[in-house]
Amino acid sequence: MTVTAPEIPRTAAARLRWALADGWTVTLRDLGHWVRKPGQVVAGLLFPVMIVLMFGYLFGGGMTVPGGGDYREFLMPGMYAMTMLFGIEATFTAVARDAAKGVTDRFRSLPIASSAVVLGRSVADMLNTVLGLLVMIACGLAVGWRWHEGPARAALAVGLLLLLRFAFLWVGIYLGLTLNGPEAVMAVQVLVWPVGFLSSAFAWTGTMPGWLAAVAEWNPLSATMAATRDLFGNPGAGGTTWIAEHAAVMALVWPLLLIAVFFPLSVRRYRRLDH
Amino acid sequence: MTHVVVAEGLRKRYGDTPALDGVDLAVGEGTVHGLLGPNGAGKTTAVRILTTLLRPDGGTARVAGFDVVRQAADVRRSIGLVGQHAALDEVLSGRQNLVMFGRLHHLRPAAARARADELLTRFGLAGAGTKPVGQYSGGMRRRLDLAVGMICSPPVLFLDEPTTGLDPRGRTEVWDAVRGLVAAGTTVLLTTQYLEEADQLASRVSVVDAGRVVAEGSPDELKSALGGDRLDVVVRHTADLPAAAAIAARVAGAPGDAPGDVSVDVDADSRRVSAPVRDRSAALPEVLRALDAAGIAVADIAVRRPTLDEVFLHLTGHPTGTRRGAAA
Repeated sequence: MTVTAPEIPRTAAARLRWALADGWTVTLRDLGHWVRKPGQVVAGLLFPVMIVLMFGYLFGGGMTVPGGGDYREFLMPGMYAMTMLFGIEATFTAVARDAAKGVTDRFRSLPIASSAVVLGRSVADMLNTVLGLLVMIACGLAVGWRWHEGPARAALAVGLLLLLRFAFLWVGIYLGLTLNGPEAVMAVQVLVWPVGFLSSAFAWTGTMPGWLAAVAEWNPLSATMAATRDLFGNPGAGGTTWIAEHAAVMALVWPLLLIAVFFPLSVRRYRRLDH
Repeated sequence: MTHVVVAEGLRKRYGDTPALDGVDLAVGEGTVHGLLGPNGAGKTTAVRILTTLLRPDGGTARVAGFDVVRQAADVRRSIGLVGQHAALDEVLSGRQNLVMFGRLHHLRPAAARARADELLTRFGLAGAGTKPVGQYSGGMRRRLDLAVGMICSPPVLFLDEPTTGLDPRGRTEVWDAVRGLVAAGTTVLLTTQYLEEADQLASRVSVVDAGRVVAEGSPDELKSALGGDRLDVVVRHTADLPAAAAIAARVAGAPGDAPGDVSVDVDADSRRVSAPVRDRSAALPEVLRALDAAGIAVADIAVRRPTLDEVFLHLTGHPTGTRRGAAA
């Protein structure tokens, strides 16, 4: 049997249909991984739960929360944002592996829209993130965390977290297309930690030395953490510095800024993968 | 003959390093054309330009009648690319890979599944179709890779070092698969580091070095230009090397050659004398007799095909390993 490739769409509407269909095919490929390697997915989902248990119960007793609130109430919004940060690693690893194995080149040699591959990647990663966030919220409820300001503000907080993940998605795609080799994978996996810890995730910035507190507060993660703490009605929101007082705005500005930088960089990099 | 792949004066630089320095190619319809050269010669760069992955700095190329820069989408519809690595999803099964790439070729779901099953059978992978690719052998991966490249029966297939890293069995499997495709009418541009592979598969070969085509012809034409086979003699005692070299020079040359016309390589470390021979069946007994008459103890003697290193030495005047590596 001989199969002939269909004609290339010449109209904008037909091209869009192709791009969406191709994006969905790439998404399905990732969902296929979930089915074939459920262990990996479950491990990825449970990893942040383990950190919650470690910090919530192992170190939590020694932690000071402003206003004397419960440490686990303080910790959970921080961990939600950390989970978004861990997502960089998943995106980066998947993109870098495809680039190294020539799968990216094969995609680029196919008659498909260049947007389809990244579209598929982002849908798959965002689905994974939603699942991960649900697991983390269930974990939070189990360890005594609650939202106190009603479901609307809680939903807004979840929206901010997903926005942050979407921004990190483009950071991950760009890094995955740019860096290669096992050393780079290792470097990204290691660097995620100081970036995550230098925030208000685990400790209130008021307990840090001044310069460190400034670094932690200007960390884009901290803006989302502070804003979601406020929206959930958890302790630890607010502060006396300019950046801490404007957490809600910065929780929008930082992700949008990251997207504005890394989205065009990724698209450019994908189109011109001249190694 | 119609030429399906035509390149004229292709140029590409990476920084200060020229990867392609004016490459011309013409590949006839339904033939296998080999690009033979060492790592860094520019073979992969040429393939990346012809498959629209890379823009040339200069020159033009047409594949299946379409310009690779201005009509990239049409080119992509007409080609299959099998790169240096098996570009497959290792977690998914072979069948899932074929269905996914079939869907990306815009086959309907049922057609993509039917095509996947057909290709698995054709490439001898029907039994392994549901296994994850991560469990495949090197030869199986390569065959699946070829099958993915053939989903839409493209008229032109690019194979970039398809057997590098395979064991002899895997190599034979891939060669058989490629022969099957060519018998069905596919035009193949093949890059390889192995003279033997070009010899087995290609009807014409372009020898590439430092981004230029330094020789072109059928494998037989190239081999005779290189002086055909080589005779290796390993002597037991280093002191016998000059005498053995003299004998090799006398026997190796064609009738009428002046002694200086025959280049004999002498390697003292391995006590080896190596010389080109025109007539392999006559040369071996003749050399043995002469060595015996001179009382030279021989550790090993053999007539063999020239290696790519010797081909290169002959064509370019430098061995393959010494050139500063440009991007492969």
